Amino acid sequence: MKITLHVWRQKDVNSVGKMQRREVNDISQDMSFLEMLDKVNEDIIIEGGEPIAFDHDCREGICGMCSMMINGRAHGPDDGTTTCQLHMRSFQDGDAIHIEPFRARAFPVVRDLVVDRSSFDRIVQAGGFISANTGGCQDANSQLIPKIDSDLAMDAAACIGCGACVASCPNGSAMLFVAAKMGHLANLPQGQPERYTRARNMITQMDAEGFGACSNHYECEASCPKDIPVTFIGDMNRDVLKANTCSSAK
Amino acid sequence: MAFNLDSKTPEGPLADKWTNHLFNMKLVNPANKRKFNVIVVGSGLAGASAAASLSELGYSVDCFCFQDTPRRAHSIAAQGGINAAKNYPNDGDSVRRLFYDTIKGGDYRAREANVYRLAEVSNSIIDQCVAQGVPFARDYGGLLDNRSFGGAQVSRTFYARGQTGQQLLIGAYQALSKEIAKGGVTMHTRTEMLDVVTVDGQAKGIITRDLVSGEIKRHAADAVLLCTGGYSNVFYLSTNAMGSNVTAAFRAHKKGAGFANPCYTQIHPTCIPVSSEHQSKLTLMSESLRNDGRVWVPKSKSDGRPPADIPEDERDYYLERRYPSFGNLVPRDVASRAAKERCDEGFGVGESGLAVYLDFADAIERLGEDTIRARYGNLFQMYEKITAENPYKVPMRIFPAVHYTMGGLWVDYNLQTTVPGLFALGECNFSDHGANRLGASALMQGLADGYFVAPYTVSNYLGEHGEMQADKKVTTTHPAFDEAEAAVVARTERLMAVNGTQSIDSFHKRLGLIMWDNCGMGRTKETLTKALEEIPKLREEFWNDVRIPGDDKEFNIEVEKANRVADFLEFAETMCLDALTREESCGGHFREEHQSADGEAQRDDENFAVASVWEYKGEGERPELSLEQLEFENVKLTTRSYK
Ligand SMILES: Cc1cc2nc3c(=O)[nH]c(=O)nc-3n(C[C@H](O)[C@H](O)[C@H](O)COP(=O)(O)OP(=O)(O)OC[C@H]3O[C@@H](n4cnc5c(N)ncnc54)[C@H](O)[C@@H]3O)c2cc1C
Ligand code: FES
Repeated sequence: MKITLHVWRQKDVNSVGKMQRREVNDISQDMSFLEMLDKVNEDIIIEGGEPIAFDHDCREGICGMCSMMINGRAHGPDDGTTTCQLHMRSFQDGDAIHIEPFRARAFPVVRDLVVDRSSFDRIVQAGGFISANTGGCQDANSQLIPKIDSDLAMDAAACIGCGACVASCPNGSAMLFVAAKMGHLANLPQGQPERYTRARNMITQMDAEGFGACSNHYECEASCPKDIPVTFIGDMNRDVLKANTCSSAK
Repeated sequence: MAFNLDSKTPEGPLADKWTNHLFNMKLVNPANKRKFNVIVVGSGLAGASAAASLSELGYSVDCFCFQDTPRRAHSIAAQGGINAAKNYPNDGDSVRRLFYDTIKGGDYRAREANVYRLAEVSNSIIDQCVAQGVPFARDYGGLLDNRSFGGAQVSRTFYARGQTGQQLLIGAYQALSKEIAKGGVTMHTRTEMLDVVTVDGQAKGIITRDLVSGEIKRHAADAVLLCTGGYSNVFYLSTNAMGSNVTAAFRAHKKGAGFANPCYTQIHPTCIPVSSEHQSKLTLMSESLRNDGRVWVPKSKSDGRPPADIPEDERDYYLERRYPSFGNLVPRDVASRAAKERCDEGFGVGESGLAVYLDFADAIERLGEDTIRARYGNLFQMYEKITAENPYKVPMRIFPAVHYTMGGLWVDYNLQTTVPGLFALGECNFSDHGANRLGASALMQGLADGYFVAPYTVSNYLGEHGEMQADKKVTTTHPAFDEAEAAVVARTERLMAVNGTQSIDSFHKRLGLIMWDNCGMGRTKETLTKALEEIPKLREEFWNDVRIPGDDKEFNIEVEKANRVADFLEFAETMCLDALTREESCGGHFREEHQSADGEAQRDDENFAVASVWEYKGEGERPELSLEQLEFENVKLTTRSYK
C-alpha cells in the first residue's frame, strides 16, 4: 500500500506546531498502525531526520498509553479499538491519513503526538480510591457482592485512562473518565463509605484541571476504545448532586 | 571475589519460618519512620504496592516509572489471573499444596522457604485486593469465582474477566494515589533510572534521566527498591510491553548486585504467531484459554485442509495424548516444547507451519457461545483484531513466544540483593519461580513482595542500618553521586557521538534473532557458543555505527531506546554464558543434549540444584560465577511428571 501521511510536528510545549506531509510506500495490510509509524520513523532516522514522537507501550490495547487522533477520530476509524490495535487493513491504498495529538486544554502537547495527561492522575489522587491500608482486611468472601454489581463495577473499571473521551469531546470534558472511576467504586459495597466525598472531590479537581462540562454530545462513548457507556455519567451526576445537596451525603 | 550468598533463611520448621522471622525483625518507631527516605523504582504491581505500603507505615517514599503515569506499568497487561490458596472451591487446596505445586512447577530450582512464604501470604493478597475494590469475577451467589491454570489440579486462580493485571494494578495504583495525595509518596513519572549510587558498599540513591527534559538528576535515600520488571525484550519480540527493559537491574548488577539464573526464560505456549518481519511485539492469548480450548495439529504432515474439514480421527490432540492426567493444562514449558516438537516434525499449521490449533468448538457446543464469550470475550476480540479471523468459528492459531523471565537479581530471604540496602521485588528478582513459573503466580509474587514482605524486611534493614540523624545522612553532594552522574553523562555522550548509519531498532532486532535462534526454546552447546561469538561483534558494531538522531537534552525516544539496547547487548552475553554453564535441562531451560528418550527435560540434581549467581567484571570480561546451594528439606526431588 501507499499512503500520504499528514502528521502534527511540535518540538515542545512552548513551540508552535504544524502539520507535515510525507509519502509512505511499502506498507503491508497486516501491519499495525504503530508498526507503520515504526517503519516511517526508521526511514526518517536513516535520512537524518528526527522521528515522530508518539506514546505507546503495551501494544495490546490495555495500558492506555497510545493516543492519537487519526483522521479526526480518537484511535482511528474502528470502534472499540485503541490505536495500537488498529491495523492498516482498515485503510485503502492511496489514502491520506491525518494524525494529530489528543487535544484539550488539560492535555498540553509534550512533543509531536505526545501529550501530558497527568491531570487524570491528579483527579484520581483527589479521591478515586478506597482508603484501605495494607493489612488487616477481612476474608475476601465474608461479604457477598451480587454478580450484577460486580459486573457493573467491572464494566466501568475497564477504563484504560487513555483520554480519548476528552480528545473527542467538543467541550474537552473528562466526564466519562471520571464517571468510570466513580462508577467502578460506587457499585461495590467497599466503595460506599467514601462515595460522596469521592464524588465531590473528584469533580472539584476535574474542574480545576480545566476540563469542560458535559453537554450530552456522547462523542466520548463513540470513541471509547473500551465501549464504556455514558450511563455512568448519569450515575455520577446523581451522586454529585446528592453529595452537594443532601445532608445524608455530606 | 566470590559472593557471600547467605540466604538468611530463618531457622525452624518451614511453616514457622516467616512467623518467627516477623517476630525477630527490627521495628522502627512510628515517629522515626518519616526520617527515612525510600526509593522505589517501578510502579507495577511490585513497585506500586511497596511504595503505597511503605508510605502508609510512615516512610517518605520516592517512586519512579518511565511511563506517563504509574497506572500503565507492564503489569497492566496480565490477563488470566492470580493464584491463592483460599480453597474456596473445596477441591483440596492448601498453603502446602500451593507451595508444592510452585516448587515442582519450577522444576526444583527455587528456594523452599521463599516459596512457602509466598503461598502463605497469598490469601491476604486476595483479601487486600477485594477491600480495595478489585472487581474479581463472582458467581451468582455473590462469592468469588475461581478458574484453573496450568500445573495445578485445583482451581485456585482469581480473575477479573481477561483483565486481571489491569484490575490489580488499578487497585495498587489507587493505593499509591491515596499516598501521593497525602504527601507520603512523591511520584516521578517519565523518569528512567540509569544508575544506583553506593557509598561504602551500601545503596544510597539513584541517578535518573528526565525523559521530557533530558535532565540528569540525583536522588538520595536510605534504601533503594528495584521493582523494574523482567528482561524478555532481550529477544526483541516478546509479549512484554515495548518499554520493558533490563537497564535498572543491569546497572545495579554493574554496581555489585549478583544476577541469578539469567538463562531461565519462559516461553509461553499460547501466543499469536509471528506474521511479518515488521512485527514489533507478540500478543499473548491467556493460558486460561487452555481451560476450555483443546490443542491439536493434523495427524498427517503438511495437511493443507482448513481445520473444519479435518475429521476428528485425523486430529492429534497431542497434549491429551502425551499427558493424559494434566492434558491441555500441563505447565507452560512442557506445552511450549510439545508445540515446537510437532512443528519441527512438520505437523505445524498456518502459512509458516509455525503454529498449532487451539480449538473451542467442543467447549462452545457444551457450554454455549455466551458462556465462552463471558469467560474470554476480550481475548477473542483481541485475537480477531490482530488476525482478522473469528475464533468462535475457526480455531485459533497459536505458537510459543517469550513471555517472562524467572532469572533476575539474586535476593536473600529479605529480598535484599548482594548490595546492602538494595532490594529487588517482583519479576526483577529471581526468587520464587525456579526454572519455570506457573501461570497466575507472577501477579501473586509481585503483590506478595510489595504488600506483605518488603514493608517488614525494609523496616528491618532501616532499623538495623538506617541513619536517623539528618546531618549524618548521605546527601546528593557526596562524591559517589558526582562519580555516578559523571559516568551516566559520559555514557550518553559516547552514545550520541557515534553518529553512525543504522537505527537502534535494527540492532535490537538482530540481537533478538541471535537470542531466539540460539538461546530460545531449545539450546545446545553449539548454538550458545555461536551466540557468544556473535553478540560481542554486534555490540561492537552498535558502538561504532548506531545513529541516535536529535539531542539528548530534550524529549528523545531514541536516547531512551539506545540506553536500553546497549544494556541488552551486554546482558545477552551473560544469559548465554549462564545457559552454556548449566549442563542440564530444567523448566524453561532446555539443553537439547540433556533430554530423556521421550523428549522430556533431564535435570542433574547432583550438580545443578543451585542458583547460579553472576558478578559483573567489566564490559566484555567474563563475569564470575558463585553458587547458592538449594536445600530441599520438605519436598522430595523427583522427575516432574504430568503424565
Ligand atoms: C501479556 C502478559 C500476560 C500476563 N499474564 C499474567 C497472568 O495472567 N498472571 C500472572 O500471574 N502473571 C502474568 N504475567 C506476568 C506478570 O504480568 C508480570 O510478571 C508482572 O506483572 C511484573 O510485575 P512487576 O511489578 O515486577 O513489573 P512491571 O509491571 O513490569 O513494572 C515495571 C515498572 O518498572 C518501571 N521501570 C522499568 N525500568 C525502569 C527504569 N530503568 N527506570 C525507571 N522505571 C523503570 C516501569 O515504568 C514499571 O513501572 C503476564 C505477563 C504478560 C507479558
Ligand atoms: S499501547 Fe497500550 S493501549 Fe495502545
